[in-house]
Amino acid sequence: MSANPQATDIYGKPLPADADNYLTHSRGIASWLLTLDHKRIGIMYMVAILTFFFVGGVFALLLRTELLTPEATIGTAVGMSEDEAYRFYNQMFTLHGAVMVFLFIIPAIPAILGNIILPMMVGAKDVAFPRLNLASWYLYMIGGTFFLWVLAKGVLNSLFPALAGFWGGGGLDTGWTFYTPYSSSASGTAVIAAVFGAFVLGFSSILTGVNFIATIHMLRAPNQGWFRLPLFLWALYATAIIQILATPVLAITLLLLAAERILGIGVFDPARGGDPVLFQHFFWFYSHPAVYIMVLPAFGVISEIISSFSRKHIFGYKFIAFSSVAIALLGFLVWGHHMFVSGQSAAANVIFSLLTFSVAIPSAIKVFNWVTTMYKGAIRLDTPMLFAMGFIMLFTIGGLTGLFLGALAVDIHVHDTYFIVAHFHFVMVGSMMFAFLGGMFYWFPKMFGKMYNEFWGRVAAAVIFIGFNLTFYIQFVAGSQGMPRRYATYLPEFQVHHVTSTIGAYVLAIGLLMVLANWIHSLVKGRPAPANPWGHNSLEWHTASPPPHENFLRAPRGSDPYHFDQWHYDETIDGYVLDPEQPAGAAAPQPAPAHQR
Amino acid sequence: MQDPETGTQPTQASQHHDAGAHGQGGDAHAHDHAPHLAHHFDTPTQQFESGKLGMWVFLATEILMFGGLFAAYGMYRGNHPEIYLYAHHYLDTTLGAINTIILLASSFTVAWGVRAAQKGQRKLLVTLLLLTLLGGFGFMGIKAIEYTSKFTHDLWPGSANMFYNPTLNPMFADANDPRAAQLEAIRHLEEYYGIRGGHGGGGHGGGHAGAIEQPRITLTDDADPGDAEAASGQGEAPGPSPAVERSMINPPAVGAGGLSEEALGEAPSHVAPHMPAAAAGATLTYEDLPPTEQSRAHMFFQIYYMMTGLHAVHVLVGLGLISWITVRSFRGAFGPAYYTPVDLVGLYWHLVDLIWIFLFPLLYLIH
Repeated sequence: MSANPQATDIYGKPLPADADNYLTHSRGIASWLLTLDHKRIGIMYMVAILTFFFVGGVFALLLRTELLTPEATIGTAVGMSEDEAYRFYNQMFTLHGAVMVFLFIIPAIPAILGNIILPMMVGAKDVAFPRLNLASWYLYMIGGTFFLWVLAKGVLNSLFPALAGFWGGGGLDTGWTFYTPYSSSASGTAVIAAVFGAFVLGFSSILTGVNFIATIHMLRAPNQGWFRLPLFLWALYATAIIQILATPVLAITLLLLAAERILGIGVFDPARGGDPVLFQHFFWFYSHPAVYIMVLPAFGVISEIISSFSRKHIFGYKFIAFSSVAIALLGFLVWGHHMFVSGQSAAANVIFSLLTFSVAIPSAIKVFNWVTTMYKGAIRLDTPMLFAMGFIMLFTIGGLTGLFLGALAVDIHVHDTYFIVAHFHFVMVGSMMFAFLGGMFYWFPKMFGKMYNEFWGRVAAAVIFIGFNLTFYIQFVAGSQGMPRRYATYLPEFQVHHVTSTIGAYVLAIGLLMVLANWIHSLVKGRPAPANPWGHNSLEWHTASPPPHENFLRAPRGSDPYHFDQWHYDETIDGYVLDPEQPAGAAAPQPAPAHQR
Repeated sequence: MQDPETGTQPTQASQHHDAGAHGQGGDAHAHDHAPHLAHHFDTPTQQFESGKLGMWVFLATEILMFGGLFAAYGMYRGNHPEIYLYAHHYLDTTLGAINTIILLASSFTVAWGVRAAQKGQRKLLVTLLLLTLLGGFGFMGIKAIEYTSKFTHDLWPGSANMFYNPTLNPMFADANDPRAAQLEAIRHLEEYYGIRGGHGGGGHGGGHAGAIEQPRITLTDDADPGDAEAASGQGEAPGPSPAVERSMINPPAVGAGGLSEEALGEAPSHVAPHMPAAAAGATLTYEDLPPTEQSRAHMFFQIYYMMTGLHAVHVLVGLGLISWITVRSFRGAFGPAYYTPVDLVGLYWHLVDLIWIFLFPLLYLIH
């Protein structure tokens, strides 16, 4: 790799030293906190979301450490009573789940990568509603503050027990699902604050969805039809549909739950004439589609990376595009599969099971198209590609085990066991987190204008892959043998599973810290990134890295994002450049294949 | 407000930081395009269409949010129709109807206001928006009267509701026999609302209701956890903890069964004799309800308060928005070239109206 000290434009020409870029466009803390620039808002999201990712990860490590032995491992070490130790464990898995789901998994890809990349991918200067975009960041911060408050109360209450009498219980022990009637009448923890946090975060998510839909509809570049959108945008569009249609139902559910806890209206409480299963219907009507809010953007990232690093046009563009929409719509029809043992009618169970199987079809279409894209491609095993290939493998396992769970008889055996924990971690962490990390490495040069360290990136990808499988693969075994989830203790014969899993969690944590170190080091010491290090043709690569304040010096025109021929490798900058004679975004010389229309 | 974004670039859309400050036409910033065009849009039409699309998408989220409440309403009404049949008598249909007319009229004035804005008729626009505001405040005023009359009769939201399980109800906490105290209070309330005739009236066999009371107390006690069979899984427990541990899932047959099946299956000797009277059009009283439904009667009010309360919050937000565009239109901010806020606030107001159009018959007009 040649060390080129200078940043270059899309033609490989050095940029002037005073070239405008969004990071240095204006200075001062207010220029960030009051910014309307989608890229800066994306960076602010990144800082906040990674912080909460770290917090959620600490909880994960604590609960895995607790499970090292069948006894109360941490509790004994710090001198808690057995009862306190088990309550502590309940709070650890609840806070881990709630923080990870609401504050990391759901917003991470849309709010960070989507915010920064989406407007550039359509060749726009910003999202359709920049102020709304900033408002949703503030809503995210307010929602996050509620969770920090829950946490702070928990910590302070355990240090000074007298405080609990003053301001009520702290922490959260309901499970991230807030199931009633435990959450409405029994739990002594700060349920209301957590519920309001999730409520506010929901609005942040809704506003992001509204913004993305309007941007994709209204702000596409000239000549950029729907079928010239990069597949990341199709995925974000499908995600936005779910965000706007499902999240309001969570909002009303949480409002009812808060009213139940504050006023005692009893809608979900059997002791007061209510129906707790109604809560489960409401909750999963949101939270199952929310699974696709988490994973659909990941599909989009993977489509970009796979095509880019196979140096090959994506295979089956329209199939991938429409399968995203199909997953978004089918995702609304399968919530009942979380309630197979909640007393649903047998007919409902059979229908939900069938619909659950149908989601496998569009998911498999995607996997086959990605693999076919790689077939006979000139594959570059850079860090993003390693994460993407890890994604395909882990998502396949996670998806197929989802079919086991969708089968009624099997589900009754493995319901609420570690099998289900392993399944959703393969989908949430193995898929979403791998795609997020891959996407962060992939767009890191664009976002910061610096190249990350490739060697340590690859090592981290390998460590994370090993750590992840060590942690969660064994949980399929434990679950199928009957280890129930959410238990602080277990039978001694499960100890080997738990110890393996805990060691895996430590390895995973080391891998993630290596990623963080790589990013921080590269921000400071990384070599300047070329405008297009990967040779991808979507529009965000048609501008400098990092982009100027208004993204493009000249409004780009749409073209097939997966047609890479006009980009030529220039080894002096280790990146791809356009021929200045041929304007950016010009039509490809070959006759356009059908998918370009 | 400082605008860090604009800095040295005069084409930046600084006007969006302070909506109230412009519209005067004499804004200081020198634009080479339409004064309201944000920097990231190419044309005013594109900006208008984007705003409109965003608003419609947002309204879809609102419908889904209320959709949850409508679903809860539908489920409880499907499973417990008698509660709705009985408890809706406590709502004032006349006031509800007046409010419906007021909201419909205000929807008309705001729609006309959009047209006035498009045609640049400033005075007409301000007048119509003021009329809309009047309608909105009128609606909230009547709503306040309705709520107040409920509160004065202890029909609160939450556990302070008159019909709430008396052993959990703070209202009857001091009574020796909370159940009897509750029945007595409800009887007075029914007389007040005309659901039951004066003393000795009403054809329910027995001038002094104490004669009827006694078996009902027995029936309610049947629902104790210790005797769960008699309640067939949907009875009420006196306290939260035992009930939490039992499965409260209705068996399908009972859930869909409604009054007559439960009445016949559970307590034919007590409830069945009242049925012909109810079917023949006589007003249902609390004592006509099967015991399992009596303890759920408060649920009508909980759903009523949640639905109308959330709607009222939306009305208040709408009033704020309309006040804001009224001030702006008074200053002459809108005209044929730019009327987006009037259009979008109008759309929102129509949605608020539309939701009430569903709430009114669902809650007030039950037969």
